[in-house]
Amino acid sequence: MSRHEREAAVRRMLERTPPPVPPELYGDALRRGGRMLRRRTAARRLMWLVLLAAVVAFLVWASMTRPWVEPPSDTTPPVSGW
Amino acid sequence: MRDRQASQGARRAREFEAFVAGAAGRLLHAATLLTAEPPTDNPRARRLLTLALAHTYASWDRLRGEDPYDRTRQQLAVRFARGAWHQYGRFRPAPASVLAGLSPQERLIVVLRLYEGVAEEQTAALLGLPVERVRTICARAMATLLHPPRRPASAALEAEVAPS
Repeated sequence: MSRHEREAAVRRMLERTPPPVPPELYGDALRRGGRMLRRRTAARRLMWLVLLAAVVAFLVWASMTRPWVEPPSDTTPPVSGW
Repeated sequence: MRDRQASQGARRAREFEAFVAGAAGRLLHAATLLTAEPPTDNPRARRLLTLALAHTYASWDRLRGEDPYDRTRQQLAVRFARGAWHQYGRFRPAPASVLAGLSPQERLIVVLRLYEGVAEEQTAALLGLPVERVRTICARAMATLLHPPRRPASAALEAEVAPS
């Protein structure tokens, strides 16, 4: 038997007796899928919210401590008069 | 905004229902072959397919022209492979099934290659195996299917060992 014939024979074996589709399959899949979708939406919203909160916190901290301003020196007295 | 979301949800549900009506029969048959359950009593196959379909529904708006059937079949195969790894030896294949004599991996490859007609390269990529390995496993499984061993493998082995 050639390879094609053997493949065709196995295919015919596999095609026998298709199972009946239960009517609740669509409803179950829709319910679970909807839940998955809602969870994903909620997770995405939470992520954006956390990101926004982090940005706001950083801006507030930066405007209060101003890390880009050179700190006043308190070891060397100001040099004057020479 | 809420109106648009609602109409998008309704459209998604409508399209998904049409898809399930068309594809569920074939996908359930594939799932039942995978789990090697009898066609009339296939709780594992139904569960596997429900989860795969739910995943397709959840990513329906992000398919972007990709075939939902392909996506569901991929989910089915990946979930089955993962489940077979965790549940190794917990389920005995039912003798009523066509593929009862094969291991889970052989069933997976036979179903993908021969029942679903997925190319060797794609099957190999999906399962993370070399193409030669997929070819070998498929050939071995086909030989087992076409010329089934008359006795269970363990009995044959004992019979071979005993006379010496």
